[in-house]
Amino acid sequence: QQRIEIHKLRDGDNLILGFSIGGGIDQDPSQNPFSEDKTDKGIYVTRVSKGGPAEVAGLRMGDKIMQVNGWDMTMVTHDQARKKLTKKNEDVVRLLVTRKSLENAVRQSMMQH
Amino acid sequence: MDNESQYSGYSYKSSHSRSSRKHRDRRDRHRSKSRDSSSRADKSVTIQAPGEPLLDAESTRGDDRDDNWGETTTVVTGTSEHSVSNEDLTRASKELEDSSPLECRRFAGPVLSGVLGLFALLTPLAFLLLPQLLWRDSLEPCGTPCEGLYVSLAFKLLVLLISSWALFLRPPRATLPRFFVFRCLLMALVFLFVASYWLFYGVRVLEPRERDYRGIVGYAVSLVDALLFIQYLALVLLEVRHLRPAFCLKVVRTTDGASRFYSVGHLSIQRAAVWVLDHYYTDFPVYNPALLNLPKSILSKKMSGFKVYSLGEENSTNNSTGQSRAMIAAAARRRDNSHNEYYYEEAEMDRRVRKRKARLVVAVEEAFTHIKRLQDDEAASSPKHPREVMDPREAAQAIFAPMARAMQKYLRTTRQQPYHSMESIIAHLQFCITHNMTPKAFLERYLAPGPTMQYQRENGSRGRQWTLVSEEPVTSALRQGLVFSLRRLDFALVVTVTPLPFLNLGEEFIDPKSHKFVMRLQSETSV
Repeated sequence: QQRIEIHKLRDGDNLILGFSIGGGIDQDPSQNPFSEDKTDKGIYVTRVSKGGPAEVAGLRMGDKIMQVNGWDMTMVTHDQARKKLTKKNEDVVRLLVTRKSLENAVRQSMMQH
Repeated sequence: MDNESQYSGYSYKSSHSRSSRKHRDRRDRHRSKSRDSSSRADKSVTIQAPGEPLLDAESTRGDDRDDNWGETTTVVTGTSEHSVSNEDLTRASKELEDSSPLECRRFAGPVLSGVLGLFALLTPLAFLLLPQLLWRDSLEPCGTPCEGLYVSLAFKLLVLLISSWALFLRPPRATLPRFFVFRCLLMALVFLFVASYWLFYGVRVLEPRERDYRGIVGYAVSLVDALLFIQYLALVLLEVRHLRPAFCLKVVRTTDGASRFYSVGHLSIQRAAVWVLDHYYTDFPVYNPALLNLPKSILSKKMSGFKVYSLGEENSTNNSTGQSRAMIAAAARRRDNSHNEYYYEEAEMDRRVRKRKARLVVAVEEAFTHIKRLQDDEAASSPKHPREVMDPREAAQAIFAPMARAMQKYLRTTRQQPYHSMESIIAHLQFCITHNMTPKAFLERYLAPGPTMQYQRENGSRGRQWTLVSEEPVTSALRQGLVFSLRRLDFALVVTVTPLPFLNLGEEFIDPKSHKFVMRLQSETSV
């Protein structure tokens, strides 16, 4: 698991982060290309725009977002997740993400012991 | 002369039916009761069903009959149809002697029950008439109430008569080996009733010359009521109880494995056997002994080439089973290619049949284009094209010639030629032409083996002989796990009984408003 801090970019009236999310408890989990378990209804990063704040901060496509600023993202609807990420009065979002490659590395290190 | 003698030998079947035509009338009004208790001792008993043996006399004759009618006969003359050869005559006379003792036995049961029924029906009338005849003067006059009772008596007797005719007076289809328990019970009951009524009547009415006529009429009406109730009992026991399905019978023919499943109600073994045979004649494809076995060339290779020598042991007495077992094991281990040959032979046979069938279909289609049905208005107004007008028989004969050879080759390939004589094919062709059938409809009879009924002859005085073989007495009821078999000369039907499963039907109510659907979501939002 990795903690990523993204500084939002101000673009006119909007604050953009530079990535797209998919998933949520109200969505269909079997169509998620990034999840290992096709019943996983968590929020996943589906796209990261080049040169955006998210890419700069180290977010990658396929990451699963576990927390946003302390709010849990594993059991939220798509819309709730979007809202938590686009609060107007926050300039910085702190995400807790997990990545498949990270998971494998953690598992391998656990197996070695 | 050569052609004609072959043909008349071939028309053995048709002349055979003609000579025993007089047996047909005797088949009319029978009942299916039989008090034949002579075969009560043994367990293997006989069922006879009306019909005629199809292959008993003919199954060995199929090969030596000449099948070349496709090539040799071109025109059928009228004389050869009516000629009866000498052997047909001797055969007909032999059948005449065979059938007469069976006829008497078939009639014994029905006649007895008919007499009893008639007696029971006439008894109330006798009850009414005897006082009038014997002591009319001393009877009390009885006005309107008696007349009302007369009317009700008349109508009840009419109902009894009609329902007896509808229920019981039907030609029986089989003679059963042992007597039919329920019917005998009912006849005994009727006899008991009528006897006890007569006894009472004799003692209490005839002797003291009873004067109360209204009471006598009431007594007669009560007898008719009792008879109506017995008839209701008969209806329930004999007809209704067997309608609700309770058992599933699996019928397998021993020679080629053709099998069917049937549902029956509660029946005794002999009645179930008759039921199965009824359905056998219409459901099972006809048994063709020529289609059965693997050719000998395939099977004979198996056990050849092994000889067993015993070394040393002089007193090896019981080694024969050991030797044969060793031979079988060695033969099994040897590489066996007979399945290959079987496969190729089957494929070759299929191909040959299909080729012949194609030729036959083409020939028949072409033959059918040669004739056309004459419309009524055409007959009157066509002086410019005088065509010869034929009746169906002549038309059939006219178009039979071009397709005869293809038909004969096809029948020979599918080994069906004993079932279809040239006469029967022409008759069928005539039938199809009369009813405006297409060539395909004409051919359906020959392309697939039909049920056995299709190959029956019409005359059936002697009946078809079946033997019911069972380990239980044949009047016992069906129950689970029972097995009996119906044997004929060259094959048998094995019947296994299993009860139908008990059904536990549950209920689930679905509110019609509860059918709702949602779309599967998969959205992507950019933040």
